[in-house]
Amino acid sequence: MRKPLLTISGLAKAFRRGGNIVPAVEGVGFEVMPGETLALAGPSGSGKSTIARLLLRLVEPDSGEIRFVGEDWLALRGAALRARRARMQMVFQDPNAAFNPRATVARVLDDPLRIHGIAPRAERPRRIASLLERVGLPAGLAGRAIHEISGGQRQRVAIARAIATKPSLIVLDEAVSALDMSVRGQILELLLALQDEERIAYLFISHDLGLVRAFAHRVVLLEAGRIAEQGEARTVIDAPKSAIGRALVAAAPKLVGRNSL
Amino acid sequence: MSALASIRGLGVAYRRDGAAALAGIDLDIMAGERLAIIGESGSGKSTLALALAGLLPAGAVQEGRIGWPGLAHAPLGGHDIGFVFQDPAGSLDPVMPVGRQVAEVARAHLGLSWRQAQERARELLARVRLPEPDAVQHAFPHQLSGGQKQRVAIAAAIAARPKLLIADEATSALDTIVQAEIVALIRQLVAEDGLTLLFISHDIALASELADRIAVFRAGRMVEIGAAAAIVTRPGEAYTRALLDAHIGLDAAPLVARPGQGDA
Repeated sequence: MRKPLLTISGLAKAFRRGGNIVPAVEGVGFEVMPGETLALAGPSGSGKSTIARLLLRLVEPDSGEIRFVGEDWLALRGAALRARRARMQMVFQDPNAAFNPRATVARVLDDPLRIHGIAPRAERPRRIASLLERVGLPAGLAGRAIHEISGGQRQRVAIARAIATKPSLIVLDEAVSALDMSVRGQILELLLALQDEERIAYLFISHDLGLVRAFAHRVVLLEAGRIAEQGEARTVIDAPKSAIGRALVAAAPKLVGRNSL
Repeated sequence: MSALASIRGLGVAYRRDGAAALAGIDLDIMAGERLAIIGESGSGKSTLALALAGLLPAGAVQEGRIGWPGLAHAPLGGHDIGFVFQDPAGSLDPVMPVGRQVAEVARAHLGLSWRQAQERARELLARVRLPEPDAVQHAFPHQLSGGQKQRVAIAAAIAARPKLLIADEATSALDTIVQAEIVALIRQLVAEDGLTLLFISHDIALASELADRIAVFRAGRMVEIGAAAAIVTRPGEAYTRALLDAHIGLDAAPLVARPGQGDA
């Protein structure tokens, strides 16, 4: 029996809105195995992004446990937390918002190598070139500013930054949703190749069930902060048992006339 | 069927010396049809919508012509053409109650009294199926969800009884369930009011669910146009085929092995 990379149990978080306490996540629990893609799917407000933020320790939960790489992730503080953060990285939907637009590509990739002490200064230019190569970008791009490159290239740089620290888990928060269709396919292929080579696990946050079914091994369907159902992605999506699962399947855009689904 | 708008040799550049955002577009928009414009970023699809609505920024250079055989006069934005944008928060005034924003459109374009305009706004908020329209009309945009804001934006867009409704990525910022609801609402309003719809989207599947015809744009040019079913089942151009292949539907071939198979 393999050991899970990430185990979440009994996770709960409520936010104060106006005078009310609004629960955002209630009693959520799931596991992610090494090298696995687990999708979190659900409508807006279902708690997907709150779970990601709790996981990244951007907000603290009201209750629950998170174990990551065998450690009590919520007990980590200060320097210990900063050091472990290298193992868990994130790629956001909008790469524009995730970078200083005036920074160069080289600077964006130099930061994690320096901050996490991955490579000494003299060695970093070579490491940056190799990271760019890994994500299918020319080494010559290193000197360009983030705002000068295309959206697809920017998302590749975001992935290069995420893998710079050799993480075992990357949270992909709608990471391909804003990309053009043709670019999206290439980025998905890149993510699959990296997973294959390095056994990186992905927590894949998306509201697109077609994409989840094709890209994820397993899925957790969320509704109003609770798990509606979870299981193998194709099994769940091909025959959802929960009302929200059926609603998400019914709402997914279908090519009319081409498929008989 | 007669043409509502007739576009001939339309070209647009945002700077006099800049690259063309649109070039050589010939297109008739038929009265009462639902026409989808599909394209990726930089295809010129939004520029086409802005040119039709007369909303191109100052300094944009336009060539060719847009005729309106379906209208007795030159179109007036907001009156003859209703526009729904991707970001409803951007098209609503954050400090004005939403009922009043819809009423303003009705008052400005239909010559209604303030009282009549407010009554029409309440009717419209009910028509776009906002819950409790009596209460919602006093709400501010930030008190509404993304889907509710988009319903308000649609109510404002149809308030002056336009002939043409342009929806530019109007559902792209919404989750799939809300997107399906908004598409159903647009379909119903267009049918009830006999509107002509220009539905601009990057999502060819979504377009195929709603449109009678689909026009595919790429890099400022129209690649092909045809009946929606024909474009989906028998695309004439390799680019259209590539867009169709890039769609990952519920029946797409999986990209990963089932758990417990392959590398595990």
